[in-house]
Amino acid sequence: MSAPADLKRAAKRADLRSPEEIRAEKKKGRMGAWLILPGMLYMALFFAAPVVVLLSMSLFVKPEGADLGEFVPGWNFGTYAEVWSRYWPVLLRSFVFALIATIAALIIAFPMAYLVAVRLRGKPLLKGILLVLLIAPFFSSFVLRTQAWKQILADEGWIVQTLKAVAILPADGSLTATPFAVICGLTYNFLPFMMLPIYASLERLDTRLLEASGDLYASPAQTFMKVTLPQSMPGVFAGTLLTFIPAAGDYVNAAILGNNRDTSMIGQVIDSRFFKVIDYPGAAALSFILMVCILILVLIYIRRFGTKDLF
Amino acid sequence: MYNTKLGKWFIPVVGGLAFVYLLVPIVYIFVFSFNDGGKSNLQWKSFTLDNWKNPCGAPGACESLVNSLSVGAVATLIATALGTAVAIGLVRYKFRFRSTADLLIILPLATPEVVLGASLLAQFLNLGWDLGYWTVIIAHVMFCMSFVIVTVRARVAGLDDRLEEAAADLYAGPVQRFWKITFPMLIPGIVAAALLSFAMSFDDFIITNFNSGTFSTFPKFVYVAAARGIPAQANVIGSAMFIIALLIVIIGQVVSYRRKKVLAARG
Repeated sequence: MSAPADLKRAAKRADLRSPEEIRAEKKKGRMGAWLILPGMLYMALFFAAPVVVLLSMSLFVKPEGADLGEFVPGWNFGTYAEVWSRYWPVLLRSFVFALIATIAALIIAFPMAYLVAVRLRGKPLLKGILLVLLIAPFFSSFVLRTQAWKQILADEGWIVQTLKAVAILPADGSLTATPFAVICGLTYNFLPFMMLPIYASLERLDTRLLEASGDLYASPAQTFMKVTLPQSMPGVFAGTLLTFIPAAGDYVNAAILGNNRDTSMIGQVIDSRFFKVIDYPGAAALSFILMVCILILVLIYIRRFGTKDLF
Repeated sequence: MYNTKLGKWFIPVVGGLAFVYLLVPIVYIFVFSFNDGGKSNLQWKSFTLDNWKNPCGAPGACESLVNSLSVGAVATLIATALGTAVAIGLVRYKFRFRSTADLLIILPLATPEVVLGASLLAQFLNLGWDLGYWTVIIAHVMFCMSFVIVTVRARVAGLDDRLEEAAADLYAGPVQRFWKITFPMLIPGIVAAALLSFAMSFDDFIITNFNSGTFSTFPKFVYVAAARGIPAQANVIGSAMFIIALLIVIIGQVVSYRRKKVLAARG
């Protein structure tokens, strides 16, 4: 803590400020409110209010003899019990898939981030190109890329043929339409969200610390565990959240790379409840359950590992 | 790991392989954009340039691309303007309801896209609004704004207050101080936020699917087409967008690198 900040705090405690200073500060406060007001109003209107609408929709009642998609406002908590008992295995599967994909993405993204942030220091051009290669795939559309994976991993593709030839995969085995394919797709699609935050924190890593650690006879593994990893923790933390949350709610990978038996994810169910079955309360209740489960998991995670200045 | 033989090779090899993994489907998409595979484009038949000569040949492909570009540009503009103001307000000023504001920014990031899409759809149904271009824009601004705020806020927080104090000592007023000192220093952060926001908007499928009605964007076009076979024109557009994005950023990088070099040479 620097001296001026200490002085300021002491001044605040004793309120040694002159009336002009107090007035200026109040005016500053009002100015700040004007700056954040439009954005916050927008978020209240198109994020907070819709969540409340969704909550009320989940309690709607289907009247006797109603047409398809006709519901009236009500307090039907039974919908929650119904969708929970029916879909909890799908919810659990979504979280398990998302967890595995997050761990896999962490393992793949860390060396990438380390390579770009630490090894390529002082080579801005190469570093820039690799960072661009990370963002540019967004523009080729992730739906198209997921579809490409489906065809690359298809039964008649050379990857499956090779794996069968060397007997890693049984003769009647396949890669697409399996949980493995869905998890691979999730890992692949959210990789940039894992890599960028880790990159951002590794970029601030002082390499002299690594040298110092080596000078003090730490093994490379010790240096990694005691210096590199702790220094990159804020990035790892943000990256795992930015991967896990969208992965748990994703349905594009499961829809393209999965099957109808053992890969369906909760997002697919919500989508089909909304658009195919036209069961708005059911879809809304499932959305709400998903949101609450994720918030609980995230809060536990933040409690356990979190730093205060996460974002 | 920093200066051992294992670490010396391990990191570049593993990191390099990860980048290859990232680019495998892109290469696939690019190669199959030259395939004369008929409607479905699943199997390699023969090489042709027809798809590239006629990228709008598949019905709806180019319209959806134009829609995506337009939504991306408008949503980015609005989200960046609103988000930058919020970021500055949050870092620079103290006021009540700060924690509420923080919550409104962080919660959308911690909410899966299906839930964001579904709740907005519920809201639009409730309000009786027709789904289309503007509902998609509203949805995209919402999820982009959180990313803009988080990105720009980090930049504002990292600013050196002393520069503004120096400007104040030199009799610059608050407005002048903002536009001459603060804003120029924020530009890299704002540009990064805008690029991120455009990329997220351009690539979004789930939220768009919930709130677009019959309006089509490029990801939606691909997803719908996947059921009966994606036309090779989609591969052409996907590859072309990838290459354009790559070129724009690389040229930008080279230019700024050169400028830095020139400035450094001048001392």
